[in-house]
Amino acid sequence: MPVTTIAGREVHVDDEGFLTVYDEWDDDLAKQLAVQIGIDLTAEHWKAIRFLRADYVAQGETPTLRRVSVVGGIPTKDLFVLFPKKPAKKMAYIAGLPKPRGCV
Amino acid sequence: MKRLLVLGAGTAGTMAANRLRRRLDRSEWEILVVDHSDRHYYQPGYLFVPFGGYAPDEIVKPRAPSIADGVRLVYGEIDAVHADEREVILGSGRRLRYDYLVIATGVEPRPDQTPGLLDGGQWRQSIFDFYTYDGAVALAGALRRFTRGRLVVHIVDMPIKCPVAPLEFSFLADDYFCRRGIRDRVELVYVTPLSGAFTQPVASRRLGAMLDERTIAVETDFMVERVEDRALISYDERKIDFDLLVTVPLNMGAEYVARSGLGNELNLVPVDRHTLLSKAYPDIFALGDASDIPTSKAGSAAHFSVDVFVDNFQRYIRGEPMTGSFDGHANCFVESGRGKGLLLDFNYDTEPLPGRYPLPGVGPFSLLKESTANHWGKLAFRWTYWNVLLPGRPLPLPAHMSMTGKHRDAQIEE
Repeated sequence: MPVTTIAGREVHVDDEGFLTVYDEWDDDLAKQLAVQIGIDLTAEHWKAIRFLRADYVAQGETPTLRRVSVVGGIPTKDLFVLFPKKPAKKMAYIAGLPKPRGCV
Repeated sequence: MKRLLVLGAGTAGTMAANRLRRRLDRSEWEILVVDHSDRHYYQPGYLFVPFGGYAPDEIVKPRAPSIADGVRLVYGEIDAVHADEREVILGSGRRLRYDYLVIATGVEPRPDQTPGLLDGGQWRQSIFDFYTYDGAVALAGALRRFTRGRLVVHIVDMPIKCPVAPLEFSFLADDYFCRRGIRDRVELVYVTPLSGAFTQPVASRRLGAMLDERTIAVETDFMVERVEDRALISYDERKIDFDLLVTVPLNMGAEYVARSGLGNELNLVPVDRHTLLSKAYPDIFALGDASDIPTSKAGSAAHFSVDVFVDNFQRYIRGEPMTGSFDGHANCFVESGRGKGLLLDFNYDTEPLPGRYPLPGVGPFSLLKESTANHWGKLAFRWTYWNVLLPGRPLPLPAHMSMTGKHRDAQIEE
């Protein structure tokens, strides 16, 4: 498992840079992760990220876009504005969660 | 008398009921199966219908003969499950109590969930699906009439039943238009919410290369928001025009699951992925497509999971731990056109890999590589489904995935 340094500390990541240890994440790290993919975090971004973090604990997996919209109450349209092009992956990346699994 | 109540007499429900009938003492256990329809459809056959393959009686049969003696088949719509009272209410008002409940009502295409799909005036005019019998038959007519233009094959969102079927449809469409001599007048486009042709890296590369070889354009990461006239429009405002759209609508579990408070955002029942026991109720299991397990929504996953379930269930009702563990195993033949096919074999942890799939007597079949044998394997499977799988006869395929014959680090020739 690769280790990388973000925001001045070492964190475990997978081959694509997604954090692999839930508790290594915090708000400062999220800001750094967001910068790396060109996103400046606003309150709206945080609402999505907080939902992802909480839902992951409850469900044991990264929520899908549909779940963030239906259960988290953030319209999919907004998610595409907040996290352009690939919102599911970008949200998971910033929230320090595994890449959402593509269902086979 | 104890009662096992099975909701849905599709692939998973029928197999589970028939196999448990042989295992459970008839003087102690009653088995009831509820379904709304008196016909059983061989859903893998839908793929071939638009191209003129299969007569109706090859893929539709009366439901009753597929249900074993000693299992009571009840026809009716399901209104709700009252899990705390252990009873199911049918649309007629009839109440069915249970000791254990199996939810096996699958998923269904929901074109109503995408604005403009069902209500934009183009449904069954220039927009078709092939995941319903009626849709597949209607699409056959539309394809016959199609002489030029852009045909778009499209998936609304995952998960869907048989996730390779839209790819197979694209391969077969390429073959079909070639045979008609009009392939040069038809533009084929494959539109997916995924980032590649398929979800799993090795298979995605191979299947993506097969789309390229056939000059089928691919539009990835496309999450459709709405359909306007004859165009798909994504949440990020990309627009894809079509002359003929073959779409796979959002797949959702049954509405009664939602009404009963048993489902997630797609009306799928959250279960333990190894035992298929509901996370909320200790007397409810969900089998087949109806659950939220992260494997293919496909008959083969239903089959392998039912293998594990029937053994586990006998232990569970005796108060013993369920020692069997479903590994997410599924396999499927992927029709690729020109009389060939591929075979995929995988589970929760191992993606589809190349190699050989050993099968005594008939195999081996080549994995993730086109061959004529795989095509015939796919066609032969229809007989196996009606005559071996549904009656619950043993099939010499291990429930758990095996690495035998698979190449983990192989580079596939592309």
